[in-house]
Amino acid sequence: MTTIITEKPRIDTPTQKSVKKAVYETNQLNLWYGTNHALKNIDLEIKENEVTAIIGPSGCGKSTYLKTLNRMVELVPSVKTSGEILYRGRNIFDHDYGVEELRTRVGMVFQKPNPFPKSIYDNIAYGPRIHGIKNKKILDEIVEKSLRGAAIWDEVKDRLNENAYSVSGGQQQRICIARALAIEPDVILMDEPTSALDPISTLKVEELVQELKKDYSIIIVTHNMQQAARISDKTAFFLNGEVIEFNQTDTIFSNPADKRTEDYISGRFG
Amino acid sequence: MRYIEQQAVVKRMNGRLIANSIFKYLFLAATLVALVALVILLYRIVSQGMGHLSIEFLTNFASRFPEKAGIKAALVGSLWLMLVVAPTSIILGVGSAIYLEEYAKQNRITTFIRMNISNLAGVPSVVFGLLGLTIFVRALALGNSVLAAGFTMSLLILPVIVVSSQEAIRSVPRELRDASFGMGATKWQTIIKIILPAAIPGILTGSILALSRAIGETAPLIVIGVPVIIQFLPAGVMDTFTALPMQIYDWSSRPQQEFQTVAAAGIMVLMAVLLFMNSIAVIIRNKFDKRY
Repeated sequence: MTTIITEKPRIDTPTQKSVKKAVYETNQLNLWYGTNHALKNIDLEIKENEVTAIIGPSGCGKSTYLKTLNRMVELVPSVKTSGEILYRGRNIFDHDYGVEELRTRVGMVFQKPNPFPKSIYDNIAYGPRIHGIKNKKILDEIVEKSLRGAAIWDEVKDRLNENAYSVSGGQQQRICIARALAIEPDVILMDEPTSALDPISTLKVEELVQELKKDYSIIIVTHNMQQAARISDKTAFFLNGEVIEFNQTDTIFSNPADKRTEDYISGRFG
Repeated sequence: MRYIEQQAVVKRMNGRLIANSIFKYLFLAATLVALVALVILLYRIVSQGMGHLSIEFLTNFASRFPEKAGIKAALVGSLWLMLVVAPTSIILGVGSAIYLEEYAKQNRITTFIRMNISNLAGVPSVVFGLLGLTIFVRALALGNSVLAAGFTMSLLILPVIVVSSQEAIRSVPRELRDASFGMGATKWQTIIKIILPAAIPGILTGSILALSRAIGETAPLIVIGVPVIIQFLPAGVMDTFTALPMQIYDWSSRPQQEFQTVAAAGIMVLMAVLLFMNSIAVIIRNKFDKRY
């Protein structure tokens, strides 16, 4: 698997780096679940067309941070936040920034494959439909493009009208990725997308992530440090609600600046 | 040192196995008692009423003469009643269930409301009859019409529909809501496109079982003052009517022995209607079998 990655040219050459724009700028973000201070003074800048991995032990706030980026965290009652997250320069906590609008720009893939109990076609067409697209021909095209984008078109093209639960778990997860692509997002958030999958399906999703970053910015939470090393350009290490270290993935894994990062990636805890 | 002595365990084994089989037969006996009672009841009714059951029985109005007595007015009256009860109770019940599960914030007031809806399901039906008499029959001056009785019955079964719909809505996995919200769907879009389709089997099953309770209830109808002997069919919801359980109650309380067989035939018709409704509930449940 490492050979696939190393054969690819590194994208972060210094000349290109300066061109890349920031998708998300997080400034002094704090988040509380009731009295539990879950995120503490987070400062992170996430660039476009990169894969940013968030690693850390259970309960360190990495999923919470991811869910804050599309404000899904607010579905939990009694959540409070302070600070700001700029998405393309605009604070997502602004009162006139509708969550629905934000979420049409930011797709999300969840830990457990969660297709709707509908046909594969209707799963993919769900997003476009709720945003008002009714034309059957356009929907057909979106469905095909999204399924191709998620590298699952060839496997399901003859069974689009079957229930999405009739395919394997790995295929379900790629259908969920296709469903997220169908709203033509700018950013894709992935919350441990391979934790419920077998190794082969995991490999397919990882390869897919590499493909997708050409067109999308991807932020992926993962429990699996090898996965972060394999697929990400940058890595953020979270611990107890704080960002301990954020850097190029190569640097984090070969030459971490903080002792705690080193302990974590060398498997001494977590 | 070991805490469990192998020999002592073996010694105790026999007693445990005996207790095991005793309980098995105890529970079997409990099931049999209920089953036997049901069979005896059915046998008595069928053997008594079978002779009177005929097409004429279904197409005749009630009569002073047992051989001419028919159930037409009651059967059609019960169908009219369902025509009012079904839409009223399902719309109100599912609506409140959606509000309580999806929109209402979790606080003391909503917890109190939730708790009391369950309690309402246990209130005797005669109390609902008195409520209907006060509000619908008198205050709103609907008289003893189909509408007044229908609204009263709707109130009676509303708590059951609310509770079963709440359970159906709650059993829709969180992941499906997350997926929908994550794509920028509004709450209403999520409810109408994801939550309700997934919850509809549970909602319909609960609703139909509640409706079959309404079709068998007598007490509220008596309190409202629904007449028993009617020689016409209601033409609209403002007309008066009679219902199956009322008719059966009347026949079974008459002194002539012949009317007992008429009552038994009426019970068979009522049970056929109930069986029909319950099998619809079963079919719906099997057809929409959830796949997540």
